[in-house]
Amino acid sequence: MKSLLCVTGVFAITTATAASAETPATPNAGRDLAAACAICHGTNGWSAGGLPNLAGQPKEYLVRQMRDFRDGRRPTTIMHQIAKGYTEEQYQLMAAFFASQKISGGAQ
Amino acid sequence: MRSPCVSRRGFLKVAGGGLAGVALPGLLAACATTPDSAKPIGRVVVVGGGYGGATVAKYIRLWSEKRIDVVLIEPNAQFVSCPLSNLVLGGSRTIESLTFTRDKLRDYGVQLIRDEAAVIEVEKKRVQLKGGDILSYDRVILAPGIDFLYDEIPGLKNEDAKRVVMHAWKAGAQTVALRSQLEAMPDGGTYILSIPQAPYRCPPGPYERACQVAYYFKRAKPKSKVLLLDANPDLVSKKALFLAAWNELYPGIIDYLPNQEVKDVDAKTLTVKTEFDTFQGDVVNVIPPQRAGAIAASTKLITANNRWCGVNWQTMESVAASGVHVIGDSTLSAQAMPKSSSMANNHAKIAASAIVAQLTGSPINPNPVISNTCYSWVSATEAVHINAVFRYDLEKKTLLPVEGAGGLSAKRNEQEYEYGIDWALNIWADTLA
Repeated sequence: MKSLLCVTGVFAITTATAASAETPATPNAGRDLAAACAICHGTNGWSAGGLPNLAGQPKEYLVRQMRDFRDGRRPTTIMHQIAKGYTEEQYQLMAAFFASQKISGGAQ
Repeated sequence: MRSPCVSRRGFLKVAGGGLAGVALPGLLAACATTPDSAKPIGRVVVVGGGYGGATVAKYIRLWSEKRIDVVLIEPNAQFVSCPLSNLVLGGSRTIESLTFTRDKLRDYGVQLIRDEAAVIEVEKKRVQLKGGDILSYDRVILAPGIDFLYDEIPGLKNEDAKRVVMHAWKAGAQTVALRSQLEAMPDGGTYILSIPQAPYRCPPGPYERACQVAYYFKRAKPKSKVLLLDANPDLVSKKALFLAAWNELYPGIIDYLPNQEVKDVDAKTLTVKTEFDTFQGDVVNVIPPQRAGAIAASTKLITANNRWCGVNWQTMESVAASGVHVIGDSTLSAQAMPKSSSMANNHAKIAASAIVAQLTGSPINPNPVISNTCYSWVSATEAVHINAVFRYDLEKKTLLPVEGAGGLSAKRNEQEYEYGIDWALNIWADTLA
């Protein structure tokens, strides 16, 4: 798993490949990854206030934001630190989950 | 309260010894069926309704699409947030603003029972409640938080002493009472805060508390002092950010002494004894050493240092008992993992994902990735944060911090304060609503 620890710059694609080769994503991988975002962005990405809604955003937009945070192209207080914790493949899985949210609100 | 879906112990006696053991699970399973879930595929009992327990109850309902019955056992009528509670001491927030009901969990179909777990019968897969009810389960999740080890501080073993020298480390009545003590303290007095050896709940919390009490003193009683007696050799968390706040915002108010583990306390004279020194204060606040909540201990789930519960980080299942999961502060923390509300909420999601998979016969997610985000509010307008991302390492079989990710605030500021409040709004909603 050593390669997984290095997720910045040119190593990102290598790392993502390594991750998928070792452990294929389970059907709920995107949901499970995205669940960690809820403490700031709300259940299923429906923000309870203040911070951006991720739910219903286009997948490519979300992936681009994560890359921009990771690479320092978008200024932020915290997201650059978080974005470096995920692989390109994980960006795709999380973004696909949020993009698929259509019903407003976390409950019901 | 009595739920129609709960059997009384008295009923079991009437039903007869041998029969009850066989009949009970079926009886309860049938009874637990709700209109939402025509065919429940299992039943989960959650013990403890804090950040971990409330979250796992909600997410199992959500992710099982209401096919798994969830019962949440919690003795306290209300949820009081530990995060932000130091601001009650500083005077910029009320305890009411941090107090919530769990009622919205019912919208997901969670059954709330106001009681306390007395015994977990691991072999029989049953939970006995203090009120006498017995609940059968397919999986039980313990989220009991921390208990205090008063045996290590003899002078605090009696209840009168505990009312004078408080911990205020479980938000609620003690938070308010400590604020009253600070308000009653004369200007020129000394507030002593004793910090136990790590690991303990909320590593940056004591240093944030020092900021908030100093914030109050600076405005209301500027000749007063904060004396920190830290059992650790140095600040455990956010050191540079806290030192900057202490020096720049509260110069001359906060004294910090490392390697001062409390050995005893005299509540009558407000005296704290450490190995070589004795300190006398006007308000004394001792955060005692901690271990996993009592129900985890009595269920024999404690596997490390006589204090914490080892878990499988892919499922949060106890390494000591099958069918029993442990989440939140009671767990033996993975490397560099704090005991925090963010982590309890994230543990809950690992457990929910694994339990829904186990009960539906699907493969568990082998690669959990979770994130800790923790704000400390250093005044009524500024805050700092720490963050880390943890991912499961298949070789080392544990969660490890992802190298190169995570970090600290560049500096304290008002934007971080606002983001911290937004974090709180969202984690409260994610946990309770």
